[in-house]
Order: sequence, then C-alpha cells, then structure tokens
Amino acid sequence: MTAALALVASACGGGGGGSKSSTGGGDAAPASQYKAAVTQVVNPSTKTGGTLRMGMPGDFDSVDPGDMYYGYAWNFARFYTRALTMFKPVPGEEGLQLVGDLAEDLGKPSDGGKTWTYKLREGVKFEDGTPVTSKDVKYAVARSLDKDILPSGPTYFNDWLDTGDYTGPYKMKGKLDSWKGIETPDDRTIVFHLKKAYGGFDYFAMLPQTAPVPEAKDTGSKYKEHPVATGPYMFKSHELTKRIELVKNPNWDAATDPNRKQLNDSIEVLLGQNEDDLDQRLLSGKIDVKVNSTGVAANARKTVLTDEKVKQYADSALIDRTWFTNINGDVKPFDNIHCRKAVLYAADRSAIQGAYGGPDAGGDVALSLMPPKMTGYQKIDPYGVEATPGGNVDKAKEELAACGQPNGFSTTISFRNERAAEKQTAEALQQSLGRVGIKLDLKGYPQGDYFKLYAGKPDFAKKNGLGLMVYGWGADYPEGFGFFQQIVDSRVIRPAGNTNLGVKDPKIDALIDQAAAETDATKRGAIWAQVDKQVMDSAFILPYVWAHGLFYRPPTLKNVFVSQNWGMYEFLTLSTQ
Amino acid sequence: MLLFVVSIATFAIFFLVPRLAGMSADDLASRYVGKAANAQVIHDTAIRLGFNDPVIVQYGRFVKGIFTGVDRNYGPGIEHCPAPCLGYSYVSQNPVLPDILNRLPITLSLALGAAVVWVIFGVATGVVSALRRGSFFDRLSMGIALAGVSLPIFFTGIVSLAIFRDQLGLVGDVADWVPFSEDPLTWANNLILPWVTLAFLYAAGYARLTRAGMLETMSEDYIRTARAKGLAERVVVLKHGLRATLTPVLTMFGLDLGLLLGGAVLTESTFSLPGIGKYAVDAISNNDLPQVMGVTLIAAAFIILANLIVDLLYAVVDPRVRLA
Repeated sequence: MTAALALVASACGGGGGGSKSSTGGGDAAPASQYKAAVTQVVNPSTKTGGTLRMGMPGDFDSVDPGDMYYGYAWNFARFYTRALTMFKPVPGEEGLQLVGDLAEDLGKPSDGGKTWTYKLREGVKFEDGTPVTSKDVKYAVARSLDKDILPSGPTYFNDWLDTGDYTGPYKMKGKLDSWKGIETPDDRTIVFHLKKAYGGFDYFAMLPQTAPVPEAKDTGSKYKEHPVATGPYMFKSHELTKRIELVKNPNWDAATDPNRKQLNDSIEVLLGQNEDDLDQRLLSGKIDVKVNSTGVAANARKTVLTDEKVKQYADSALIDRTWFTNINGDVKPFDNIHCRKAVLYAADRSAIQGAYGGPDAGGDVALSLMPPKMTGYQKIDPYGVEATPGGNVDKAKEELAACGQPNGFSTTISFRNERAAEKQTAEALQQSLGRVGIKLDLKGYPQGDYFKLYAGKPDFAKKNGLGLMVYGWGADYPEGFGFFQQIVDSRVIRPAGNTNLGVKDPKIDALIDQAAAETDATKRGAIWAQVDKQVMDSAFILPYVWAHGLFYRPPTLKNVFVSQNWGMYEFLTLSTQ
Repeated sequence: MLLFVVSIATFAIFFLVPRLAGMSADDLASRYVGKAANAQVIHDTAIRLGFNDPVIVQYGRFVKGIFTGVDRNYGPGIEHCPAPCLGYSYVSQNPVLPDILNRLPITLSLALGAAVVWVIFGVATGVVSALRRGSFFDRLSMGIALAGVSLPIFFTGIVSLAIFRDQLGLVGDVADWVPFSEDPLTWANNLILPWVTLAFLYAAGYARLTRAGMLETMSEDYIRTARAKGLAERVVVLKHGLRATLTPVLTMFGLDLGLLLGGAVLTESTFSLPGIGKYAVDAISNNDLPQVMGVTLIAAAFIILANLIVDLLYAVVDPRVRLA
C-alpha cells in the first residue's frame, strides 16, 4: 500500500511547480538550487498583497503565547505577538543572534546575573490601539506561571523567577502589583528577579510568554480563541482545530519594529490536514508553507529527492535535534561505564542513519550529542565515529572485557511503536551489538505514553530491564541550556514523564550550573562544549544522527530561507507576491 | 438504555481498564499536562480532573453534567456549560458538545451526499445487472463493485485526489471546507470527491445486495402473474420487483447512514475534512475521554435514530408491514 501511494505521489507530485495546477512554477519558472535557502534568501521581494497559505498536519498546541511549546508555534506566534527579544530573522549564523523586539535591546544583567532589566520600545500598541506597557508584559509572564489553566508552555519562568508564594493572577487575584518577582518601575521598564543567576536570560525573554497580554482582555484558557496582537498581523478568525485567518494589524507601526514587514494582506492556516495530501498540495503549489518541524513526510521525500525538477525547490537543513539512545545505568551491567562504552563503540551509526532516511532526509552521522549548529559547539569525536561509522568491534570487545562481560550480555531496547525509524534503529542496534555478543530484546511502547508511563518512568524502566531506550531531543533554543538541561541534568529526573532518561553524572550537573551562571556568551558557549564532552565521556548516551529536516518551497514563495534558529523556514519573512 | 450502556462501556475502557492495569491517578493525569510539567503540576492536574475519585463517582459526575450542566474555572472566572453538557476536553479545555455540533454540518454534508450517490448508483446497477444477468455489463459492474468493497478509502481517496484535483484540476481544494450556506457551488465542488470515494465503497455492497434480491424476486410467481396480466415491463420491474427487494436494502441503509453520521472516520481523515470522524480520531489518539464519550454517544444516538426512521419506512416500502 505504501509503495502504491509512493507511486502515486511520484506520478502526481513530480514536477513540483511544474504541475498543471501550479500558479507559477514548472519549466517556465526560474531554476532554483537544492539547498539554496539554507544559506541565502530565495526569491527576495518587497511586493505587497496576497494571502500566505499555510497548512499543518495537526494543530498548534495552542496559539496563546503563554501556552505553547513547539518551535513551529513559536515561529508562527511572531506574526501576531512581540516578545521582549527575538532571533534576528536572517539566514546563516547571524540568525542565531538575539536582538531586541518589544524591548529596545537585550537585557541588562545586574546582581551577578540574578536581575535582568529591559526597556520597552516607545509607541508599540495592541491591535485595538491601546499602548503596550511593561505591566502588560509582567501580567503575561505571571499568567503563564499557572499550569492548571495554561499547561502547555515551558516552565523556565516557574523554575527560575523568584516567584515566592506567587502562583499567578488567576489563583491570586489582586496580588500582581505586590509580587516583586517582576517589577515595573515605569511603563517602559521591566525588571526580572531570579532565584539564582542565569546568564542566558535573554533566551527566556525570547519566549512568547513575554509577549504582552492586556489583563482586561485575558480570557484564560479561552484566550487562544483570539490572542490580542502586537505584531503586524492579528486574528480575524480562529475556528479551533480547523482554520486560522490573520489579517493586517492596523495598529502595528513599522517604525517600532525593525525586524518585521507586513507584505501579505492575510495569512491563512488550514489545520488538521492529512499529511500525505498536504505534501501533495505543497508540491503542486496549492499550499505555500507546511507548518511542522521536519518538513515533508516519508512518501513525499522520495519524490523530492529523486525528481530533480522538484528537488531544486527543496532544502535539506540541520535542525537542532539529535537522535540517540539512552543507556540506562540503573540496569545491570550498564552501571559499569565500560559496558556502556562497549555499546558506543559497537553501534553501527551508518545503518541507523539509513533508518532515519539517509543524509538528506535523516541527517548527518553524529559525533557527539550537541547539534553542530548550536552556539558554542566544538567538534569532538571521542569514539572515532568519523573513521568507523559502522562501529569499532575491537574497541567494543576491549570495553566488554574491562566490564567483566567478555562474552557479552542480554538486555532490552525500547522504542516508540508508531515511529518506524526508531524500530529500525533498534533492529540495527540489535544487529551491530550482536557482533560483540550484546543481545537485544526489542520492546515497543505507545508513543503517547512513552515518557509518562514507560521509558520515562525510572521505576518501570528498571523493573522491566530497559537497558537501552531509543530517543531523540530537539533544543528549545539553540544554546546549550535549551538543549542539554532537560536531557542530561540529573536533578530534573522525577518519578515519571522524564526527558532525562537516566543520565546521572555530578560533573555534568556542576558544568550546567557553571554555564547557566555565566553572563559572558563566549565563555558560556565554551562550557556547553565541555558538557558535550563530559556526556560522551560518561557514556550514558549513544548519539547517532544529527537530524536534518527536508523542506519544500513552492517556486512562487518569496523571501524564503531556513532559519538557523528554528531549523525550519523563517515564517516571518514569507510572502507570495 | 443503549446510550447508557454505551457510555458505561466507553468510560470503563478509558478509566477502569487503565486503573486495573496499575495506572495511578497521576499516571492518567500525566497525559494532559505540558511536556515540561513537574510532579506537582501532574498531581494538581489529577486532582483538578477528579482522577483520584472512585471511577463510579467520576461516571456519576459525567452523568450529572448531562442533566445539570458543569461549572469550570477558565482562569479569570467560572463558566457554566449548560445541560446537556458532555464535559470539557482534557486537552483543548473546550466544551465537547459545541465542538461536536460545530462539526456536524460537515459530517452531515458528507454522509448524506454520499448516501444519495451510493443509493442511486448502487441500486440502479444492481437492478440492471439482475435484469441482464451474465451480460458484459453485469460482469463489469460486479467486478467494479468487488473493487469498491475491497479498496480502502485511504487508498482510493489519495489516488482520486492526485488524479482529479492535482493532475486534472477538476475539483477544488477539498480540505478548504466551505459551508453550504456560504457558497453552495463551492461546497458541492469541494465535496464531490469525498462523496464519490465514499459512495464507491458503499455502492458496491448495495449493487450486489440489490442484484441478489432482484434475481430472487424476479423469479417469484407473482412477477410471472404480473407479466401475464399484461403489465408493462417497467411497472413489473420497478413496482413489483424492486419494491420487494428494497426492504433488506433499507435495513442496510439505516445502519450505514447511522454509522456514517457518527463520523466517516477514514474519509474525513483522508480528505482533511474537520468533521465528527476526524474529531473522533484526534480524541482517541489524545486519550481525551470527554471527547471520546461525546462522539460515542452522538454516534450511538444517530444509529438509533436512523434505525427508527428505517423501521417507519418499512411500512411505506412494504405494504405487508402495514397489514401486520
């Protein structure tokens, strides 16, 4: 059946813009180049008008800026919200730079990084013309603390702000002004007080949770029906789970916003689309942008990578995600570092790269855990993967001998049932580790409960002997803390629902603290590189693929580039005229 | 009674079974929190959703909501979901019944439109095949019918989209749902592929059923008598033959239409139509019990209603029922 679908996809999707229904592609369209949008702006244009048509396979976790966690949601939110800071919307490494958005500039740290002060731009207004003040930002952050009402967003502010007993404006009505975790000495100044120093607070200030929310218009969990805009577009309609339509915000002033333009007349997002069909509509130009984090799905990938007419409009780009397997130190004999290192040496990373779709659709063979385009990355290869991507059997046997298991041992590997690549990864590991006598029993679990009930629940994992757990992680933002903290800091391990599946190394914890407190970005980056090295030395994680997304841009789409920060097309600049 | 049994069964599947399998209240709640939620947030969520209460109490609360409505804290205040309230989604926090009713026109449009197509084509094909038994038309139509019941909609749907929309450009962008009241022509244009695809599956069964019924009926003595009386062949076939054949067809139609009104799951998912079927798929994949309960009850109600209508129509189609 899949083959049949692929055949249809190939027959009908081929040609990209060349299909009859395309609005401007085909042989007559200007030729493009594969990966052109990875490093430069493709089809630059300043023309205005038209509708940007977006489609997504599922739905946003929320469009409420205080209640969203996915990268594509954050990317999309900047159409209608302005957080204190933002990533510069430009191609290349410059796109990793934070700049002021609602704030005039980046934050000013004091008290050794425990206090951060931002000055808001003058003249920014909500869509109804009301001026934005620092109190609106304080209210926005405060409401996001309430995870009963707004459960989906990150918990950085809950964890780092000096909240005291304050739990948010819904449960503690009338207490906002007296809460000193955030202070607003005047309408344009906002001061954040942290429990302990954090040098990268500008990244927190980039979160949509800092986008202002007018208290009078806040409708709690229903705010997603119509978030009040400060960006160039505002909600005209939001049919929940079906469609979103944004139109120009008449009270957005370009003079207050050097990072955005208002080129489209409107933006339409169709939600809940059949993914294979959505890809076909993207390839035939009926949709301008697919909203997700990894690009086209498996069936369309074949068309994109094998048909040169289509491939010229595609971009394979590194995203801030690494596919890896956790090695569970709670399960014997992985309490012994040499047994863990035996796995790291024996694994055939080339085979796993194939399981994820090869170099273009899957990604590069990973030499360490940290994705290479993140700020602070330094190349290391402690297991000689570059030279022996298929694994080093001799070194693996040496480690097994040092572990006291010269003939190998048996253990269980878990994966998510719904993810074919993870099952194939488990099979590839079964084969490659089998070469040194490590026998794997494969065990799949449902994706929805994988972390909450199975692999992410330490008691369950230990009791069921899950020695290896197939996994992957994408950074919240392209800096060490946004990538490492949730997956290698032992102090985030809880009874269930873990994202750290068993990395317990005090040296790593200490380095994370050291990096977090460092306010000098260069020095901080160097410490994150040390974290990466220490993770590899402790051998709790077997990284194998630095993920790529395979994205397609119809020939009619203008101002397209892959944002280094988002690891997908930068939505903010896209237009169709 | 049926709705009561269905609601208990659904509730038990989603709550009792996991609890018997050893899941704690916090385990259940962990499905409905953000990905960075800590243990306290999960525990608070379990309390808020009432997962620590005995299952029978939780079920009682659900039933009470249907008759008295439900109050919910949405942050700045309390809102009341009036009776009959099917509760609030654990994931989106939206009230379930308005969500379902909002999607009903889409599913109604799809199911009723497809039903018209499959009844006309299915019954007509069955009649002609029976009258021309063994002919090329009979063999061809029964072959196509066999393909119709064999090919899954997620295959025929994607293929038809690729051919008729992407290659030939004959139909609009199906996923772009437009209500009938807004633009009837676009509404029909966007639905024609889902109608035909869905009807292709169902018409096949109706054609085969009608053909078999017609073959049996047309060999009855009263048909010979009707012909002997000199009635026109059209009258013999349509008034005496087809009418007697329609009773089992009508029974099947009632069941099929009732099921479809509860959500044409595959068709809606394939064509990205945001109807009740798509809602059901999302609800199940999210383990969203209130949504699942809502869809199940609405679907069961449609099946009951459709069967009731069919029972009444028996009397119209078959005079013997009236006499009985």
